[in-house]
Amino acid sequence: MKISPEQVQRVGELARLQLSSEETLALAAQLSRLVAHFEQLDELDTSAVEPTSHVLPLACPQRSDVTRPSLARALLLSPAPLHEDGYFVVPKIID
Amino acid sequence: MEILELTATALAEQVRSKQLSAVEVARAYLARIAELDPILHAYITVDADGALEAARAIDARLARGEDVGALAGVPIALKDIFVTRGLRTTCGSRILADWVPPYEGMPSARLRAAGAVVLGKANMDEFAMGSSNENSAFGACRNPWDIERVPGGSSGGSAAAVAARLCLGALGTDTGGSIRQPAALCGAVGIKPTYGRVSRYGVIAFASSLDQVGPLARTTEDAAALLEVIAGHDPLDATSLPQPVGRYREACRRGVRGLRIGVPAEYFAAGLDPEIEGAVRAAIDELVGQGAELVEISLPHTKYAIATYYLLCTAEASSNLARYDGVRFGMRAARPQDLGDLYSRTRHDGFGPEVKRRIILGTFALSAGYYDAYYAKGQRVRTLIRQDFSQAFERCDAIVVPTSPITAFKLGERLDDPLQMYLADIYTISCNLAGLPGLSLPCGFSSQGLPIGLQVLGRPLGEEQVFAVAGAYEQAHDWHRRVPEVRR
Repeated sequence: MKISPEQVQRVGELARLQLSSEETLALAAQLSRLVAHFEQLDELDTSAVEPTSHVLPLACPQRSDVTRPSLARALLLSPAPLHEDGYFVVPKIID
Repeated sequence: MEILELTATALAEQVRSKQLSAVEVARAYLARIAELDPILHAYITVDADGALEAARAIDARLARGEDVGALAGVPIALKDIFVTRGLRTTCGSRILADWVPPYEGMPSARLRAAGAVVLGKANMDEFAMGSSNENSAFGACRNPWDIERVPGGSSGGSAAAVAARLCLGALGTDTGGSIRQPAALCGAVGIKPTYGRVSRYGVIAFASSLDQVGPLARTTEDAAALLEVIAGHDPLDATSLPQPVGRYREACRRGVRGLRIGVPAEYFAAGLDPEIEGAVRAAIDELVGQGAELVEISLPHTKYAIATYYLLCTAEASSNLARYDGVRFGMRAARPQDLGDLYSRTRHDGFGPEVKRRIILGTFALSAGYYDAYYAKGQRVRTLIRQDFSQAFERCDAIVVPTSPITAFKLGERLDDPLQMYLADIYTISCNLAGLPGLSLPCGFSSQGLPIGLQVLGRPLGEEQVFAVAGAYEQAHDWHRRVPEVRR
């Protein structure tokens, strides 16, 4: 399958990843080639094959629902680009 | 130079018995780093102060008569994917260039608790995406055997540091070969344990159904000693396995008499460097000479592994990397117009080309209309690849193959062609798709003087058999004792 620059742009929007026009063109060409390679999987009839959900038979582990001490709020906020009054700060999203 | 030549187990013994101080050891390694790392660039961050402080604390505890653990004074490099409290953790990316984590991950916490001294954070491909270490936002790392060549990736800094004596052991992560391939290209020992064997708490995620932590070292016994410390259940990682940790060091001396060694024809196909094939076949002969039984096996879906792996790992990466959005940590684009602009421009500025390529590819494979044809198809073929191995392991106890079809290549040589770069992962990725343990150790040198890696694969939780095979081969050779002469 050939992937167009428009498709790359659309996927970039889904991934919240801005791409320059040079990046978009290069990715369209590279992805077309990669996806063509991936299509060799179509040689295999997998209609009766279960998809892998976990490589090893491991039951979903559960722990008891108890509160435990966590890291201090100030410590967790400290690596944020912008924070104020105990909150992360982002641009205004509601007028 | 004597300190630098001691193995981890021997060095820890000398530190514990106070023939050597942990501070002396740390100083010797820091001096070596100061001399050679400007050439090799195996480290992104060297933590000289932290290392000396940790070493002094170990000496003080020994002076008080306390037991400081199995790795007393052993100097370690951590791939910069391991979250370290108070010590910058970049994951090789601009987007985390200034991130100082508020907590410590489990693998490094266990090493420190056993007396190991962390020298710094090793270079890597950005977010562990790459096979050459050229995708590091902080500059490429060089192969100590030839500085014009790559060390492999993504744990390239860890492998180069081990081989060049810039640390005694290192931790890496392996999603599709990122411990074993650089170990092979640099002449080190590296093991990716069974999926779930080592906790991934505080390990930056790339592809969560494939990622696993493991050690790199100069000898199989040192790798075994490190793995014994970091392996084991951790309630903070829901995928970590509850089974008891094996006796890996002891297994290294167990021998191979009576073990059935599987050799799959699919791993000796076109594209394999004849010198590598020769070295690996000679290693198999050596194991047979020591009493192992050779079994011809078949892994018929091997040719589909690259496509399966790159579909699944990119899909998982596109989801895992959604968290880098410029809000809670990491860099943020200047003067965002709105929230969408903040997200998409931060990610545009913060990620390098390979990471963008994988996010776009993975998002495409998961998007409406393509999910069944690509992602779901990949998960079904993954089942076939796993079945190949479970059938093979009914007839053998370990599988012996090459680690990489090529020796270390020149910087820049494969950078323009992502598909060529991905195809070189052919011998390492199936092991991740099936969740198996896999170890690479040196088994010779090419005519150009470049290391060749031998790979041993085992059953799920079959690390002991893997170490038995590797240990038996290693004791008959001295490849692992050769030291690269780093030339400018």
